Order: sequence, then C-alpha cells, then structure tokens
Amino acid sequence: MPSTRFSRGLSDYQIKMMFIMPTMILLILMNIFPLLWSLYLSFHRYKASMPGRPPDFIGVKNYSRLLSDPEIWGYFQTTAYFVLLAVAAQFLIGFGLALLLNREFRNKGLITTLLLLPMMLSPVVVGLFWRFVLASDGSGLLNFFLSPFLSLPIGWTTNPKIAMIAVVIVDTWMWSPFMMLIALAGLSAVPKYLYEAADVDRASSWFKFRWITLPLVSPLLLIALLFRTMDAFKMFDIVYVLTREGGPGTATETVSMNLYKLAFRNYNTGKACAMAYILLIIIVALSNIYVKYLNKVKEET
Amino acid sequence: MRKLRFVIPYLVIALCMPTLTAHAQQTLTVAWAEWPPADYLQELSKDFTEETGITVDVVQIPWPSFQDQIFTAFVGKSDRYDIVIGDSQWLGRNSVGGHYIELTDWINENIAVDEIYGPAMTAFAEYPKGSKEYWALPAEVDANGYVYRTDLFNDPQEMKAFKAKYGYELAPPKTYKEMRDVAQFFTRPPDLYGIATYFSKEYDGITMGFQQVMWSYGGSYGDPKTYKVDGYINSDDSVKALEYYIELTKYSPPDAPNYYWQETLDAYKSGKVAMAMDYYAFLPAAVDPGQNPHYHDKSGFFIAPAGPKGHYISIGGQGMSISSYSENKDTAKKYMKWFMQKPVQEKWAMIGGFTPHKEVLQSDTFLDATPFNRAFAASFPYLRDFWAVPEYAELLEACQTNWNAAIVGLKSAKDALDEIARKHEAIFEDAGYYDE
Repeated sequence: MPSTRFSRGLSDYQIKMMFIMPTMILLILMNIFPLLWSLYLSFHRYKASMPGRPPDFIGVKNYSRLLSDPEIWGYFQTTAYFVLLAVAAQFLIGFGLALLLNREFRNKGLITTLLLLPMMLSPVVVGLFWRFVLASDGSGLLNFFLSPFLSLPIGWTTNPKIAMIAVVIVDTWMWSPFMMLIALAGLSAVPKYLYEAADVDRASSWFKFRWITLPLVSPLLLIALLFRTMDAFKMFDIVYVLTREGGPGTATETVSMNLYKLAFRNYNTGKACAMAYILLIIIVALSNIYVKYLNKVKEET
Repeated sequence: MRKLRFVIPYLVIALCMPTLTAHAQQTLTVAWAEWPPADYLQELSKDFTEETGITVDVVQIPWPSFQDQIFTAFVGKSDRYDIVIGDSQWLGRNSVGGHYIELTDWINENIAVDEIYGPAMTAFAEYPKGSKEYWALPAEVDANGYVYRTDLFNDPQEMKAFKAKYGYELAPPKTYKEMRDVAQFFTRPPDLYGIATYFSKEYDGITMGFQQVMWSYGGSYGDPKTYKVDGYINSDDSVKALEYYIELTKYSPPDAPNYYWQETLDAYKSGKVAMAMDYYAFLPAAVDPGQNPHYHDKSGFFIAPAGPKGHYISIGGQGMSISSYSENKDTAKKYMKWFMQKPVQEKWAMIGGFTPHKEVLQSDTFLDATPFNRAFAASFPYLRDFWAVPEYAELLEACQTNWNAAIVGLKSAKDALDEIARKHEAIFEDAGYYDE
C-alpha cells in the first residue's frame, strides 16, 4: 500500500507544513516580494513606463525630494484635516446611532440593516451619486432643500473652502454605520446587572454612561477608530470621483490621490514607491499610538 | 482500450487547438475612448470583416480612465489591445518607452502619406516632431469648436439690445474680446449663462480649453528647441490670457469649475448657456433630436475665436498605433492599410468620423455631412498641440492643478503660471533635457 507508506513517512510537522506552504508561498509572492521590490525601487530613479531604462540608484534622493517639497506637505495637511474631521464626525454619529439602537423597539432589525446599507456600496458609486446630490447648478438635491435658506447655491464641489466639507459629509454618510456596528456590538456586551446595580443606587443616566457604558465600550470603539483612521488616511476613491481628482485646485487632494497620479499617471515609479513608504510609516506610527492607548484602556477596564 | 479512453478527450482538445487559435487570431482588438467616433469605427469595421473575415472589436474606455487603463496594460506588457487609438501627447512616451511599434518603413511603403493632411500626420504620427519617424496613422482629427443658440443670437430684440450695449452687431464671436461681450450679455442667472467651457481638473480638461486662449494671446509653453519654459508660459501675455479665462467663470454656470466635455454639452442641451465649447466629435449630440430635444434645430457652430496676438486652436483626435505586445501585428497593419484607403475614408467621413484624408476633407460631401463640419474644416489651419514628449503626463498634471487652482481663486494668475514654469523646468531638468 504505497499511500500508507507515504503517510507513515511524513511527520505531523511535515503535514502541517504541507498545508501551510501554498498559502505562505502565495503570501510571499503577492505581498512580501512586492513590498521588498518597492522598497528597492524607492532608492532608484525608475519609470515603469520605460521598461528599456533599468533602475538607476540615487540613494535617498527620492525621499529627500519628497520631504522637502512644500506641495507634498500640503497634501499631508489636507489628508490630516480630512482624517480629523471625518473620523470625529463618524465617531460621534456612529456612536450616537448605536446608543439609540441599543434598546428594544419595533422593526429594530430592519432599521439597523437599512442604516448599514451605505457601508455596503462601492465608494465609486457613492462618489458618483453624491456628485448629483451636491451639484450646485440647480439640479443638486441638497441645494434644492437648502434653497429657502440661501440666496445663492452652495458650491459643494467647486468652492475650495467648502469642498473638503463635502468629502467629509460623503465619507461620514458612508462609514458612520461601521462605527455604529462596532459600537453596537460593544454596547450589547455590557452586562445588564451593572445598570441594575446602578439603578438600585439611583445613579443618573450620565453617571451610568460615563462610568459603565463608556469604559466597557471604549476598547471596541478604539479598534473602530483605528480602522477608520487607517482607512481615512488612504482616502482615494471618493475624492477621485466626487471632487474630480482632488479639486478644486488642490483643496481635496489627499496624499493617496497624489500618490496615484505619481504612480499611475506620471509613472514616476521610484518616487511613488518612496512616497508609499512614507505613508506606510505614518500609518504604522499612528496605529501604534492607538494600540498603546488601547492596551492602556484595557488594563484600566 | 481503457487507457485509450483516457487519451481520447486530450486528443480531441489537441486537435481542436489549432482551430481555436486560428479563430482567436481572427479578432482584432482596437482600444479607444468611449465616445461617438468609437461607435462609428465599430460600424465602419463591419466592411473590413466582410472583406477579410477578421472581426474587429472596438473596446471603449471611459475618458477619465482612458489613459490610465492603456498605460497600465502597456506596463504589464498585455497583449489585450492590438491597436491603440491614443492621444497625440502619448506619442513620445509610447515610442520612447517601446510600447508602440515603429511604422516608418511600413508607412512609406504602404500608405500614400501625401494624401493625408500634413499637420495631422505631424501631430498624430510623428515623433520626434520633424523627424519623419512614424509611430501611428491619424485616425480621427478633431478640434475645439463652439455650438451656440441660434434662437437667442437671431432674436431681433436680443440683437437690438446687444447693439445698444456694445455698439456692434450680435453674432458668433470672432475674437476673444467679442466672446466676453456675448457671454456677459447672455448671463442672466439663475436660468441662463453666457458660456460653458472646459475648466475641469479632470485629465486634460482645463488645459485643452485654456491653451488655445494662451497661444492666441501670445503666450506659449516654452521653446521646443531648448525646452526653456520660464518667460514663456508665465509671460505677461500668458498672465493676461489666464486672467481673461478666469473672468469667463463670471459668465458661466455655478458648477463651471467642474466642466469638461460632458458637462459643457449637458449645460448646452439643458438650455443653461447661450454657447458652449467642446470637441467637434462630441457635438453630434447637440443636433440629435433624441439627445437634445429642445435645441437640436436651434444650434449653430463657429470656430474658436482669435486673440490679440494670433489665432490658435487646441487639436483633438487621435492616431492609430500598433501595440508592441500585440500578437496580431500583421493583421493590425492590414486593417490600418484598409482604413486609410480613400473609399473607406469617404465612408468614415459620411458616418461621422473626422477624416485626415486631404481630398475627402475638402470635398463638399464631407463639408455638408453635418451642420458643424464646415466650422471643423475651417479650424484646421489654426491647430496646435500640447507637448508630446515622454514626460507629457507630468507637464499636463502641473498645468491642470495650477490652472484649476487659479480658476477657483486659490492662486492668482501670475502665481499659477510661475508655479507651472518652475515645475516644468524641474521636470525637463530631471529628464535630462538641459544636459549638454
């Protein structure tokens, strides 16, 4: 029986490895290799659109150029502004909705599902239909509803002072449900007896929220915040579609939008790789701050 | 026998393979942007299929991602496209990058170059300019032009009021000064505005709209021999041109900073503007009762106006090139040779294509084929193009961002142009254009 011999010949460790290896090889090919290759390219002058010209080593020139370019810092500033506004708005709205939904009422399941719908849509589709909602030429739905209170239509995507607010509104509409979902999971896990005990002590609603709900939900909220911050930092699709590649001017041009142009329009591959690494380092640093804070909160809880 | 049963299916597949491959070779894939001329080409290519049995599939890519999708395919060395009908600015990058095959010898042997309109050959086929090295054949020659509301322009009361205000007759503008007057005159918000033109940051939107104004005011992108930019693109003439273009936003609908070809056309069709700029290839929609039910029979056309220091118009359209990664290069050449024949060009012109064939272009059949063909043909002597060097995308990006920023008031005209000059020279320097 050759098959028995074969199975006898393999140790448990070898069998484990046999199962794991295909995934490992795939991961190395799809993730690790591109990661290392892009790191290599970030130290070279290289354009993917010019396959005949091999990468030319230039040391840290790509990094120094990027970090000394005031325009790049401008894009980082725009991105930070967006992250702050969008994540704060999503946190407040998402958590608020979760608090409202954290009780029994008729059609709770249906309402929760409906609230989750924006999150399930493609960001490009969302960007496209919000283009029409925010149009300022008389056909825009939002300006139509606001028209009794305004003398002039708001240039949601054409006024550089307002365009970022428009992007924040759309991103918040799309991603608040995510925050709500995570917060709801946290809220439903808070033991009921804690509230009952507080009721016995005749504690106020604020006291219960501040000293029972918030401490027990905060680890989950922090995880949700971490995800949203990382995701918001990479904002690309809505900006690409809604404000036409980060316009007006550079008012909504995020780092990722600029990175896309650098990599896939200008094919300045070496420089784009360097920029991607700068972005990666920032996201890792931000995530670390969150994780440390999360651990601290967990310990306190 | 048992073994044979195993082998039979493989034998069948193996026998079918050459047939399958042979059939696969009979399809030629042409990549083009998503617009009416691509529909016309698909229609025209039925004749080629009838003659040769080779199927032609015209793949249409939406304009905003047209460039990105083609270049991504090239970088991946994909054989998905046999023929690419690409923008004139792409020539430098795709010839130097090795993505287009060189066609110089083949064209000289197989195509009657003297039958093709010269400037079209230079713009869409030749790189470097003046070298007589060919990488494409002109497929669709286009230009920026204007559509206007004849019911407004011919209204006696409007004409009287215009003459009283400006001191001359109301007519399609011949100069940019007249264009401003007409645009100002018809601006009656919120229902009617004077003009819709390209202001958008998308792809090459504002650049194609503004560069013709800049040239006509005396500005330029730079010296094509030395690649010196400072003092050209940010000259006083260019500043005046940009200030003029910014002023046009006052006579445009509130959404105008987002206007590209689709938005200007929509603004016109909805009756929001008295005149609109667009490439002629998009203008069939203006006279189509199905797409423009209110004004299709009230539309006239005029060529882009002249400026104080010249008359220049942005060239549009594309050249037909063969992808280096195509498996069907010979079939592609066969198709291109067929396409350039005079009878085929005549039919191309009749169904709506803008032919580069000199004789066909000047024939009455072509000039009368649509209400805008005469204006289109009249634009020909004034056509000019953007840089076609391999770095064109970076150069374009600097223009798009800064001109759009000036339009929305983030920068002054002078600051925007100075920034473009600085960036363009940095790009040229980085690419080694200033090396001895």
